[in-house]
Amino acid sequence: MKERKPKNVFQEGPISSEFIGNSIAKHQSKTSIGAHNIFLGQVRADEIDGKTVKAIQYTAYEDMANEKFHEIREATFEKFNLTCMHIYHSLGEVKTGEICMFIFVSSPRRKEVFKAIEYLVEEVKTKVPIFGKEVFEDATHQWKVNS
Amino acid sequence: MNLTIKYFGMLAEATQCQEEEFLFSQESVSDLLKMLFVKYPELEEKDFQVAQNNQIVSKDSKIETTEIALLPPFAGG
Repeated sequence: MKERKPKNVFQEGPISSEFIGNSIAKHQSKTSIGAHNIFLGQVRADEIDGKTVKAIQYTAYEDMANEKFHEIREATFEKFNLTCMHIYHSLGEVKTGEICMFIFVSSPRRKEVFKAIEYLVEEVKTKVPIFGKEVFEDATHQWKVNS
Repeated sequence: MNLTIKYFGMLAEATQCQEEEFLFSQESVSDLLKMLFVKYPELEEKDFQVAQNNQIVSKDSKIETTEIALLPPFAGG
């Protein structure tokens, strides 16, 4: 297997639909691909004790996070027959309704991408040191914990 | 040795800083935590993991690097 260098997955602010659309378009030249699968994480307006979340501010231990993303990518390529894989996550403020994570996998065959995307999302949620401050409409906040 | 401690999320909020340096002569992560709990009693009630060399380590492991990170629960995705 060829060596892949760690990539920086972090983007400041939300991930735009233009960015996602362009990523899809870039794969039209890769004609061995028969199936793509995409996961988009969107910031939800949770209501907690009568207050509504209006945004999440993301921070990360970036060195470790990039290394973990790299380990997860390598493990996913080992487990599944994928042609390519892209992972992006926001840092800074992402408002409710905006996209904070974009995971994109491609393979010659559909079954691989369904399994790979679920594996990837779970790995990112449990192994990557990313922290989220949920800011309410009245400017108070609480810290998000993945369940 | 000079040890850099990094705090994230709710832990940075509790300590009011994102990183600081200590001259530290003891060996284990748990010795370090004892010292930090004296300085920041609030930390003791928080749920967190400890990382060194970008890996999560147990609280009784030895300190083998000059940078230790205290990580609250993850919230990515």
